[in-house]
Amino acid sequence: MAKVVLQLGELTCPSCMTKIQKAVSNQDGVSDVKVMFNAGKVKADIDESKVTGEDLGKVITELGYEVKKIKTKEIA
Amino acid sequence: MKFNIWVQKNQNRMTAAIAILIVVSFAAKFLNIPMVETPAMIIASIVGAIPVFLHAWTALMNKVISIELLVSIAVIGAFVIGEYEESAVVTFLFLFGSYLEQRTLQKTRSSVKNLTKMAPTTAEVVDEAGNISTVDVDDVDEGDHVIVKPGGQIPVDGKIIEGKGYMNEASITGESTPVEKTVGDKVFAGSLTDNGTITVETTSVGEDTTFGKIIELVEEAQDSASPAARFIDKFATYYTPAVLVIGILVWIFTQDFPLAITVLVLGCPGALVIGAPVSNVAGIGNGAKNGILMKGGNVVNTFSKVDTLVLDKTGTLTTGQMSVSELTHFGNEKESDMALLSAVEGTSDHPLGRAIVKHIDSENVKATTDLPELDTVKGQGLQSTDGNILVGNERLMKANNVVISEDARKAIDARINQGDSIVLMAVNKELKIVVGVNDQLRSDAFEGLTALKKAGIKRVVMLTGDNKIAAQHVADRLPIDEVHAELLPEQKVDFVKKFTDEGHHVAFVGDGINDSPSLATADIGIGMGTGTDVAIETADVVLVKSSFDALAHSYVLAKKTVANTKENIIIAVGTVALLLIGLLVGVIHMASGMFVHEFSILVVILNAMRLLRIKSFKKAPKLDSNQVKVA
Repeated sequence: MAKVVLQLGELTCPSCMTKIQKAVSNQDGVSDVKVMFNAGKVKADIDESKVTGEDLGKVITELGYEVKKIKTKEIA
Repeated sequence: MKFNIWVQKNQNRMTAAIAILIVVSFAAKFLNIPMVETPAMIIASIVGAIPVFLHAWTALMNKVISIELLVSIAVIGAFVIGEYEESAVVTFLFLFGSYLEQRTLQKTRSSVKNLTKMAPTTAEVVDEAGNISTVDVDDVDEGDHVIVKPGGQIPVDGKIIEGKGYMNEASITGESTPVEKTVGDKVFAGSLTDNGTITVETTSVGEDTTFGKIIELVEEAQDSASPAARFIDKFATYYTPAVLVIGILVWIFTQDFPLAITVLVLGCPGALVIGAPVSNVAGIGNGAKNGILMKGGNVVNTFSKVDTLVLDKTGTLTTGQMSVSELTHFGNEKESDMALLSAVEGTSDHPLGRAIVKHIDSENVKATTDLPELDTVKGQGLQSTDGNILVGNERLMKANNVVISEDARKAIDARINQGDSIVLMAVNKELKIVVGVNDQLRSDAFEGLTALKKAGIKRVVMLTGDNKIAAQHVADRLPIDEVHAELLPEQKVDFVKKFTDEGHHVAFVGDGINDSPSLATADIGIGMGTGTDVAIETADVVLVKSSFDALAHSYVLAKKTVANTKENIIIAVGTVALLLIGLLVGVIHMASGMFVHEFSILVVILNAMRLLRIKSFKKAPKLDSNQVKVA
């Protein structure tokens, strides 16, 4: 298990949140997705054998949002 | 999908292009050049529709019916029936509106962004061989030695193992007066060294540092919605699809296609979804800038309803730092006696002793250098081995048969009645000095409590484990309605419970170290600590600055934030109602409807921005406890 934090560009519409939330949650091996509207961050727990932080970054980029930074941290 | 990203990046340029095309078209209309007029509008509509469609499509792929979908359908509709002017203007207003939203939202979020910007990014790590390398803070490990040069930023939480210097810890404590730190002292990530090079042994990094926790807490707080906002979020998920259905129904029943697509545009939930969160962000952001951490919209909401304020005494109403309230001397050799007392107390580490030394220093009296050998008398004080010099409490004097004159008696009783601790000095069995030492009131406690009462607190209660005289003494100097003394921590909790059971909304203010049960029991627990981990985690509101100014500010801020949220909801609902009426009486069309919508979104954001400008009740001048007493 690992925790991924993706820093996005400025989010302006709350409906973007729902969109990102659903798209990221639908990925295999992803749980507990949290989209932070004001901080412009997406936090999620991932199963590294199934998905990587970079994969999630790609999903969000394809939705049309800028991904500035991806941070993955192992959790025990 | 590259196209998608390209569009995202160039959306503002595209918006500008549409604006130019629309102006060209209107100019052509005015100059009667139909060859340019209509094509310009058609191109504008297509360019404008691209980003809107893309957003709508990606949302739909994820089973979300977005505002963009409503706008897309309306634009296609207008295009199909040849209303190119409408379709172009609607997309332009929609895109320009999002641009303005983005700019203004950035402002409301600026307080936290500024805080985040202060987060350290790199560290200079020294390895065992003494080589220094610059690494990303995320790659620093616990136990690593980090070197910080003068004027540099401390990248991690840790302990100084070499060097010393003055640290500016404003980013953690809100206090910008530099603090001297040396080997063994803890330093915090995000603080700055004013001078001196230090080597720090890392204890925590990144999000685990105090600074990291503060940032994370504020970010989470801004995104944790108030009950009102949560209700609207839920509402909006059904609202948008509902508008789509209504649009279709209107078309079926009236066969009026233009009316149906106008309904789609007017039904956009714009200001409604953004109104509440934006107030929250601005209010919590203002707090963060002023050293006040409110943990979310929920907390702000509950805090705004508080009518009963329960305070702990020591460390909350008082600084917990002792100071001399009065020094009375008997006899003729005042200066040399004071010099002697200072020297004797200088040997002790007791808070009373330190307060006395500091006081005598401030009178410009230097401690005597030739001091006889001293013994400690447990629970009584200090005495010289020959027994000629006695410094301590009354028990020590009595044990040594020191006569206490009538004048001395009066002086002692006066201090006791003021709630002071007493220190006496006798030389050759003769009482020379009576000192009253007081735990200092916070300089802004009086003004802070007065401001809180003015802002809506009905009852101020002080709870303390201290004795009744000391408690009453503090209460007399402050606008406190009720005092309960000699309490154990669990009895404090019982009082808090009793108040909440009586139906009051209770906030408890404490340092969070021994009163965390009370902090947890109250509706709102306010930690008035110095950025300690305990207070940050147990309290709902953390005052990193530990002042009554901050306490009053946080309460006012909570009230104003809640009022602002309500205003925004009224503006949003009012706009939709006005638009509907406008539609029914036929004065509102698609483009004007979109204009009103975007305008209302800007109004709620600007309204929320007012919260950023709220200042604390007063930049309190520094008063010492003696001055407060007069007040």
